Amino acid sequence: MTDGFLDNAFFRNVYCNLASSDSPRCLGGGPFGDGLLPAGLEWLAFLITAVAVVFVVVNAALLGVNVYIWGERRAVGRMQARVGPNRWGPFGLLTPIADLIKILAKEDIVPAAADRLVFMLAPIMLVVPVLLAFSVIPFGSSTWVADLNVGVLFVLAVLSIESLGPLMAAWGSQNRYAMFGGLRAVALLVSYEIPLVLSLLGVLMVAGSLSMVDIVRAQNVPFALVQPLGFLVFLIGSVAEVQRSPFDLAEAESELVAGYHTDYSGIKWGLFQAGEFLATIVSGAIIATVFLSGWRGPEFLPSHAWFFLKLAAVLFLMTWIRGTLPRLRIDQITSFAWKALLPLAAVNLAVSAVLSLLWPDPGTGELWAMATINGLIAVAALFVLGQFGPRPGERPAPAVASAGPPAAVPTAPRGQERAV
Amino acid sequence: MYGVGIFKGFTVTAMNAVRAPFTVEYPDRRVGLPGLAKASGMNPFVFVAKRPLSAIRAALGLAKIPVKVPQHSRFRGQDFTWYVERCTGCASCAKLCPLGIIKIVTGPSGRQTQEGEVYDVEVFDIDLARCMACGICVEVCPYDALHMGSGFERAQYAFPDLKITVDELKQAPKRPSTWFRPQLEEKGYDPHTGAVADWRAVGRHERPTAEQLKRSWVDERTK
Repeated sequence: MTDGFLDNAFFRNVYCNLASSDSPRCLGGGPFGDGLLPAGLEWLAFLITAVAVVFVVVNAALLGVNVYIWGERRAVGRMQARVGPNRWGPFGLLTPIADLIKILAKEDIVPAAADRLVFMLAPIMLVVPVLLAFSVIPFGSSTWVADLNVGVLFVLAVLSIESLGPLMAAWGSQNRYAMFGGLRAVALLVSYEIPLVLSLLGVLMVAGSLSMVDIVRAQNVPFALVQPLGFLVFLIGSVAEVQRSPFDLAEAESELVAGYHTDYSGIKWGLFQAGEFLATIVSGAIIATVFLSGWRGPEFLPSHAWFFLKLAAVLFLMTWIRGTLPRLRIDQITSFAWKALLPLAAVNLAVSAVLSLLWPDPGTGELWAMATINGLIAVAALFVLGQFGPRPGERPAPAVASAGPPAAVPTAPRGQERAV
Repeated sequence: MYGVGIFKGFTVTAMNAVRAPFTVEYPDRRVGLPGLAKASGMNPFVFVAKRPLSAIRAALGLAKIPVKVPQHSRFRGQDFTWYVERCTGCASCAKLCPLGIIKIVTGPSGRQTQEGEVYDVEVFDIDLARCMACGICVEVCPYDALHMGSGFERAQYAFPDLKITVDELKQAPKRPSTWFRPQLEEKGYDPHTGAVADWRAVGRHERPTAEQLKRSWVDERTK
């Protein structure tokens, strides 16, 4: 384990110029000043630097959300043969800022029947875990907030907290639509958590570490090639985890108004939106880090550029998925998770286990061998899975066979009829 | 195969993304440097050399060029075109208006024409707030004095501002729509490109001579 953000030259400079020069973290780092703070106040220097780091990362993440919202609206617009937002600023780049000002100016309504505390906490519950997940993502060859030795576990843990947000919002609003949305969201998140984690296990076995930085360092061959099945399952699982189309049934606007955030307005609604897009960016960053070899790439571009290029590619793929696929029903979604993704993840896990027994510490050649074997197995597994699916043009049999005439619709008890 | 339809869908959206959008941007649209140069009728390189500041604005995506919506010459706009020389003040338009939004007050002019007495139109208010552009006033005008226009950008902040007054009608540019005016359409007249139409040119027939009037009014009846 290293010093986290002090591995970055810039923040190391900040810290070492604040702390006195004999601080153990600064030894051998280069010529630093005497330090603005007296000896013994290293913790204060560390705190100031940490706050600066958090400030930078959180604001960069929120700025990234703005840019991503703009990019997604433009891209989806073009996919629908529209133009997309192009009025505010060059190419419409200021549109998210204008939206933000509008959101801030709106009235913040709390329903009379709402559970106020839960209602207020729900949007925070959705945003904060995602921001936490940013802390372990390596943005460049020496840029990260923390290099936890349980990095992947940390990400999975904080992103699991996120499923509380929809439930709290649904419960807090005292609204039937919100409750339906929240229950759907939780069912979806719980279902997809399992293939998601299983697909990551294969990567962890090959890399031999839970640290995000070590996983990137182990990728002499991108793990998307070494673990194609795991990559596929994780990609689909992350799209489901962030509840984007085609898995957006929790906020299906054609059925549930807006799902669990039906009753939210103003900046709380904005926090929900920011949370969803932050989660998308984090998912993209995790995919770029774990499966696409993160910051690594040919030398002609700096490491940060490689990371953000890969992130942009993954995010574009997610936008493309959103612009293309229609929403699925809840039974289709859950059966896809349990009947398709879980077996694929299990196959990937089993094969990876055998292969990592064969090659406990794989070099580049062995990684290519694993990529070949895993690729063949992926094709075979997908083919076998396809045998269970419906043929083209064939409709699957309805899950519930209707027997006899439909039961009489129960009428509302006396006194509860809706006044007309 | 399981999942082939998904990839078909992806190709559909990809094909959509690379072709030009359907959107018609109105009243203006943002253009890049090539678009602005094309709108100015110049080669982009010549454009950069001649108007560098505009070129920079266009390259930043800040340049706008106006967009005109294509309109048929028969478009029924609410900018009425009225020819005071043709109007006798008969108020057919006001009588036939389904919504009763035309108000005409006439006074004696003392002028006597060969077609009969002509009144001075003192008030000719058309309340566009309730006008549905049905065009019946134009259909019933016996002397082709009232025509539809082509305009539709008449949004105002208050209802009284939506009223067209007689002075406004007199001063408006005389570009009648060819709706219900086949004589204009037969001439190939287009209010968007054609010249201002004089009152003599918009009638459905030539002005009858005194001899023709005498024949139709006096000789036919006394036969």
